[in-house]
Amino acid sequence: MQKTASSEARHPVAGQALAQAGVGQRLRLLAVHGGTGLRTRLAALGLLPGVEFRVLRKQANGPLILAMKHSRILLGRGMAQHLEVEVPHTH
Amino acid sequence: MNTPRTLTVALAGNPNSGKTTLFNGLTGARGHVGNYPGVTVEIRAGERRHGNAQLTIVDLPGTYSLAAHSAEEHEARRLLVEQRPDIVVDVVDASNLERNLYLATQLMELKLPMVIALNMSDVARARGQEMDLPRLSALLGLPIVPTVGSTGEGLDVLLDTLAEVAEGRRGTQAPWPSQPHYGREIEDALAGIQAALRSAGGDGGPLPLRWRAIQLLENDPEAAAGVTSEPVRTAVARARAQLQALFRDPPEILMAERRYGYISGACQEATLKTVETRHTRSDQMDAILTHPLLGLPILLVLMFLVFQLTFTLGAIPMGWLDRMFDGLAGLLWTRWPPGAPAWLRSLLVDGVIGGVGTVVTFLPNILILFLAIAWLEDSGYMARAVFLMDRWMHRMGLHGKSFIPLLLGFGCTVPAMMATRILESRRDRLLTLLILPLMSCGAKLTVYSLFIPIFFPAPWRAWVMLSIYLAGILLAIAAAQGLRRAFFREDSMPFIMELPPYRLPTLKSSLLHTWERGWLYLKKAGTVILGFSILFWLLATFPRLPAAGPGGGGAAPADALAHSAAGRIGRALEPVLRPMGFDWRIGTALVGSLAAKELLVAQLGVIFSVAEGERHLTDLQAQLRRAYSPLTAFCVLLFTLIATPCAATVAVAFRESRSWKWTLFQWGGLTLLAFAVTTLVYQAGRLWPAGLRWPAP
Repeated sequence: MQKTASSEARHPVAGQALAQAGVGQRLRLLAVHGGTGLRTRLAALGLLPGVEFRVLRKQANGPLILAMKHSRILLGRGMAQHLEVEVPHTH
Repeated sequence: MNTPRTLTVALAGNPNSGKTTLFNGLTGARGHVGNYPGVTVEIRAGERRHGNAQLTIVDLPGTYSLAAHSAEEHEARRLLVEQRPDIVVDVVDASNLERNLYLATQLMELKLPMVIALNMSDVARARGQEMDLPRLSALLGLPIVPTVGSTGEGLDVLLDTLAEVAEGRRGTQAPWPSQPHYGREIEDALAGIQAALRSAGGDGGPLPLRWRAIQLLENDPEAAAGVTSEPVRTAVARARAQLQALFRDPPEILMAERRYGYISGACQEATLKTVETRHTRSDQMDAILTHPLLGLPILLVLMFLVFQLTFTLGAIPMGWLDRMFDGLAGLLWTRWPPGAPAWLRSLLVDGVIGGVGTVVTFLPNILILFLAIAWLEDSGYMARAVFLMDRWMHRMGLHGKSFIPLLLGFGCTVPAMMATRILESRRDRLLTLLILPLMSCGAKLTVYSLFIPIFFPAPWRAWVMLSIYLAGILLAIAAAQGLRRAFFREDSMPFIMELPPYRLPTLKSSLLHTWERGWLYLKKAGTVILGFSILFWLLATFPRLPAAGPGGGGAAPADALAHSAAGRIGRALEPVLRPMGFDWRIGTALVGSLAAKELLVAQLGVIFSVAEGERHLTDLQAQLRRAYSPLTAFCVLLFTLIATPCAATVAVAFRESRSWKWTLFQWGGLTLLAFAVTTLVYQAGRLWPAGLRWPAP
């Protein structure tokens, strides 16, 4: 599969910020780069490392909507910079 | 025992778990928004008698966890941890069980008697989810009662269970809920911290030692701030460092993982049939409603409809009420017994009826607006609106939801301020509240539409109007930025929220919500508005001209007003008003319009001694045009826009911010801002060589 520079940006390789991910992308959360407050808040909403989700909507310079198993989460763009994600290797 | 037992029941649960509907069902909708010992957050409490027990049911703010991130979460945590209710009911959304049970695992650790209300169980069942509830109950060690908040199904069983648990009948079988086990390494660390806490001496009150240890290991800022003992602090730091080295993840993440593991283990064992259709319908609707191109136009159309409903439909009953109060005033005027003092008649007509009239005529607007907001909220659309607007609001340093109150501010600041309640965090609410008066409201529009045609030629009028509206918006943006930098910097909350699946709101809960808001407005804001109205009547009436006898008649109204306190204040203020191009007459009218902006026109009418009657308005227009330049007129408009929010706004700002400090800050700040901006414009305008020789309209 050939990758151009632009498709690189749309399909993050392991360890990219969620803010860079494209719409429709299936992702797995690798790590949360932030303080305890941010980590616990995300955890309470079910966003823990290892959890998989899909980017449902994304606004240019705006927030994202993530589709998790049983919930839809609205995440500010600032937050999305702190979440490190990867494309799951399975299937 | 026959003496009724008094029990405090706390309803805890995630936002959108249907907690409030359940609360309404339990208290028979007789809950009151009480000033429960919470400070900044309104917490509803209600009474319910069940069997031998008198229950005080407290509706805690919705939270996802016990870690406090916002004022509401902080209040929920404080009520649970410090006030220790007799029983906790954790309201859990059956269709999103695992995530909702996360809070339950934290509540369990508080070791309070606890019952789980498996809410919206009908929806989950209809979608094909089947649970072995006795099994889940045994695994968690908690009584579980399936409920349907909207129909009241299961409430009696819930109340029975509460009584049983409170009387210890249920508790004997499972003394405390089974708690998550965090694995050997973390449990060892917890044991170490507990030992350190024990030897440091118990100042934890009724809090379980294990709960405190968990909070500390999770690096909870509130718990950490409460630690005074150095050995405890080192024990926590060492334990955190060891676990971090061992697992390469911070302990709070490990512990959250274990909690979810505990929950999903229990759920898997107790689930007979599962489905993942919770969001299919909702996602289909979102395909349109949050569409990149369609989303925003749909939002704007909906907002336009809300605006229209509120102010166009609301204008009809407003007109009736207006006429009713006018009729009442007219009746008093004509049927006043000849011997009775005229000042009393004036007080009743201008002060009381004027004041009550102002209060009541806002009511249709407020009721319609809150009905619309209740529908937007309960249906789940509000969260989508936030998604669509956040990008724009964010640039102003505001929350995505702020645009709803701000938009409504163009209609009337009073209901708009009440709409700031949709914002969860106090920071966002205060910030929005403070800049709201800069939106040109309907009353200001009446001033603009009188002044602009007098002073400006037809081709200019729309632009002058637009420039005033834009000036308000730009000043609001600047003020939001400035305020955020000055006061709300550190308090900024990470922006994460859940999008609940769309639901059809029930009419009952919407009406209840609307009624509650309306009543609150009448009770709290109404009394203050009435008070202000009487105060301004006093200012504009006393002291009276000596010539005017006890009848009050005889003297020209203009002389009487000039002689009154309002007139004197206007004169006294003249040196301050000069730089803005205002004379004492404008000053007096401005003092008079403190009660309501649209009074400015009426006050000017009195000052210019315009005879009542048909030619009233044209006469006033001619006189104003002779007296003032277009530049002064523009400055009056600018000052009206920015300065001194009306009495009703001040009352509601206090009611919503619950702080005289912020209310006075807003009043004073806006007045100073108005003075600065208007002076700048007036002085700059005077420097303009011949540019202001505008053609006469």
